[in-house]
Amino acid sequence: MRLRISPGASRFTDRVAELSGENLRACYQCGECSSGCPLASEMDLLPSTIIRLVQLGQEEVLDSKTIWVCSSCLTCAVRCPQQIDVAKVMEALRQLNLRKNIDRIRIEEIPLDERRRLPQIAMISSFRKQTA
Amino acid sequence: MKNAFFPGCSLKTPARGFEETAISCARVLDLELIEIPRWNCCGTVYSLTTDDLMHHLAPIRNLIRAQKMAASGAVDDQRLVTLCSMCYNTLKRSSFLVKENPDKLKVINDFMDEEESYSAKVEVVHFLQLMREIGFRQLESKVKKPLRNLRVSPYYGCMLLRPRELAIDDPEDPKVLEDLLAALGAHVVDNPLKVRCCGSYLTANRKQTVADLAHDILTHAVSEGADALAVSCPLCAFNLDARQAEVKNLHPSFEFVPIFYFTQLMALAFGLNPEQFGFDTHTVDPRKLLKEKGLLDGE
Repeated sequence: MRLRISPGASRFTDRVAELSGENLRACYQCGECSSGCPLASEMDLLPSTIIRLVQLGQEEVLDSKTIWVCSSCLTCAVRCPQQIDVAKVMEALRQLNLRKNIDRIRIEEIPLDERRRLPQIAMISSFRKQTA
Repeated sequence: MKNAFFPGCSLKTPARGFEETAISCARVLDLELIEIPRWNCCGTVYSLTTDDLMHHLAPIRNLIRAQKMAASGAVDDQRLVTLCSMCYNTLKRSSFLVKENPDKLKVINDFMDEEESYSAKVEVVHFLQLMREIGFRQLESKVKKPLRNLRVSPYYGCMLLRPRELAIDDPEDPKVLEDLLAALGAHVVDNPLKVRCCGSYLTANRKQTVADLAHDILTHAVSEGADALAVSCPLCAFNLDARQAEVKNLHPSFEFVPIFYFTQLMALAFGLNPEQFGFDTHTVDPRKLLKEKGLLDGE
């Protein structure tokens, strides 16, 4: 991916920083979050790449698979040497999508036998994370 | 000692054995867990965006119930005991949020004008913290049937240990479940993946991903010699127990391994009535293993 600073970059970066409450500019790309992430193999962009792209104001990160694969396990958050809670950044990016009223999970798409089988703790948490 | 207790939804349904064994074991240790009245869902996941106060209302409402109970003298302190790891995490983080941000607390209190104001004094604790406080020697003294020969691997998951400020133990190298299992006489088996995420809520729409994670966690425990794993979270229990069907589909040579709530193992060691263990709700029935180990009567 070609790196460039997008026009209006700081506006997007500031919005993500505001929603997440995290100081994104503190990241120096050590890669600790990506190396410890249990879901990294399922992601299209590594967590540290997401942070870098947000620093550069690249709004394309909103379309990445990564932000929906993150399970908010907080492994990155307890390990970041710069005390950035990457899970909060992922949540901010999810929220920027969801607040356009676009749900990422629909009850109709879960097969009936799964709906019967899934405990309420799974249903409520997944819908809380993936619907507006 | 009487403590206010928040069960949460799972403990009334698929994880009822978790609740019933915890309450009975607490009684053995002279602790009375009193369910808070009119409790509601904790929300299951803590809201991580700075401007979202709405999703903290549910946890705060529960803390108000605990506050009222303490004020009425029905319980001995201002603590609220939880068992489910997700409830613990959500309630604890919300309690911290409003304690540290009086402005946010005021907005929440003003919004919930039908409730008494929350004064940010309730301390959310996990059952395992109470066990550590009582002392593992004390636990050991109540053991009637030591879990000898049972090789158990503790699995912590995420929500008891992260973020760091609410961790009930060292987030990278916790020991509390190990200490508890050792006090019960079990053979504790370490698992390098004991703090690795099980996939959590991704189980609803990415079950293959969860099955992959579960496979790694379970096979690491088994390869270290574990007969079973001990957990504290009903969602971990679902992903590690019920999702073994999917693990078996992905890896035909995989062999099923029972998943226990740690309180079921306590109840077993304390010699309590197996009727309340709730083993019938498990996907991988642990009774065969327990009979083999001479820990459960029957054929």
